[in-house]
Amino acid sequence: MSRQAILLGLLLAAFVVAPAFAGPYLLSVMVVVMYFAYVGQAWNIMMGFAGQLSLGHTIYVGLGAYTAAALFVHFGIPAIFGLFAAAAVAVAAGSIIGALGFRFGVKGVYFALLTIAFAEFTRILFEHFTALGGTGGLFLPVGSRDSFDLIHLRGHPLMFYYLILAMCVGIFLLCRKLLNSRLGYTWLAVREDQDAAAALGINVFRAKLTAVMLSAGLTALGGVFFAFYYNNLFPNQAFGMNRSIEIILAPIVGGLGTLFGPILGALILTPLGEGITAATEAMGFKAAGIKQLCYGLSLLAIVKFLPEGVWPWLRLRLGLGDGEEGE
Amino acid sequence: MLEVRDLDLFYGDAQALSGVSFSVPDGSITAIVGANGAGKTSLIRAIAGMEKPRAGTICFDGADITGKDSSEICNLGLGQVAEGRQIFPTMSVEDNLDLGAMVPRARKLAASTRDGVWQMFPRLLERRRQLAGTLSGGEQQMLAIGRCLMGQPRMIMFDEPSLGLSPAMVQEVFAIIRRLHEGGLTIVLVEQNVAVSLHMADHACVLENGHIVMEGRGEDLLGDDGVRAAYLGL
Repeated sequence: MSRQAILLGLLLAAFVVAPAFAGPYLLSVMVVVMYFAYVGQAWNIMMGFAGQLSLGHTIYVGLGAYTAAALFVHFGIPAIFGLFAAAAVAVAAGSIIGALGFRFGVKGVYFALLTIAFAEFTRILFEHFTALGGTGGLFLPVGSRDSFDLIHLRGHPLMFYYLILAMCVGIFLLCRKLLNSRLGYTWLAVREDQDAAAALGINVFRAKLTAVMLSAGLTALGGVFFAFYYNNLFPNQAFGMNRSIEIILAPIVGGLGTLFGPILGALILTPLGEGITAATEAMGFKAAGIKQLCYGLSLLAIVKFLPEGVWPWLRLRLGLGDGEEGE
Repeated sequence: MLEVRDLDLFYGDAQALSGVSFSVPDGSITAIVGANGAGKTSLIRAIAGMEKPRAGTICFDGADITGKDSSEICNLGLGQVAEGRQIFPTMSVEDNLDLGAMVPRARKLAASTRDGVWQMFPRLLERRRQLAGTLSGGEQQMLAIGRCLMGQPRMIMFDEPSLGLSPAMVQEVFAIIRRLHEGGLTIVLVEQNVAVSLHMADHACVLENGHIVMEGRGEDLLGDDGVRAAYLGL
């Protein structure tokens, strides 16, 4: 077993046993950490592996969240079935955005703009979608907090804790498998040099489209979790631009295109945000926006000094070699 | 093996190729010569399906490939070694080779073809785990050729294979191309190095400002006064 695998195992063990020691506040922070690790990992498939920048990625979170929530609220369909519909809707949306962009040769920044445009007009659409609550929001009936009902995703916070942990493990293993697959190789080739990939007979259009579809579907599952964990959905939260930025921060800070990057990024950023809130409150700063300012400066420092991300730097420091993790 | 008829290619409003017609006989080395900007690379890219021509037809081995995606064209056995080599610098030599075998026709044979490439280029075998970007220019060219072979091509288009290489390396690359030809591959050779490519070629065309101005046997073109004056400085 490599040292990277041992490190990952230790981290996983810490998360598994944490509920025995941690209080409800700490656990809720850890849920947020894992949520961002999960959606960051899903986004990383598109950007980190296939090199396609999506700046409107929250569209898939929102579509997944609203689909599963609406099916549950209006038709009583349990989350375990709703998640298939959620993923299907997001995959369809991703295919449309991807097909439009890639077929017409929209590349790089322009493709990123296209993804923002789609997320924004979906937000506006949902704000006027009265059957789903419009701007007033969609609320899920809160069930008993004592049960562990995985079928309906109603129950104790611990259930959500272990669910998102399982999702993180699952997506990590999936991404690792993908990276070592033929599809993963074609993604890397497209990311490195699209023209060269095309010259070798790699179907660039198909490679990019599968990346978007997979990323969208997996992100939507994160959306389902989001909906059932928070029990309320608002268009500006589900589809807002700031949400898209939040999704991409963890993998960028942790290390684009690495398997461990999104996890490490989320482990750094969420506690950083919480810590800054606590610190500014303790020191009695009341100025509006001081938290955001400190958070922004910290981000700036990380990106400035570790442009490749924290994980590639840490991997070197810890003598873990520069191979892909988890080998 | 390849028939190009009345090909027009535009980049926006700029015409890169106009009415280009020529053929590549089966099993030949066909040279396409011309000055910088004559449209040589555009022609290769149009044949490979990487640019969509506005008019004209391209037939490869009897099949109409005009406007098809490059992945389909590669899968018919039409490979190319692009200008500037276009290797993936941050990937290993071996991964670069494997990416050449992603087309369906080549997948099953990838392992045995790779062994063949190692035999042909022992230097690549020594460096199989090294990042391709750390190879010398000549080694990168060998990698680009090896990667193209991984796709089981029946015909290879070489775009400026001697560009930026040392004179000794240039000789070696041309020797490799000859060996591939002797092994049964049809070769299209695009070169600024007119003298060498015309000597090697059994068939050749001269491209000027997007037009084919001459087509014939390599030796005949070498003997042509216009070609000698324009490209050989004689």
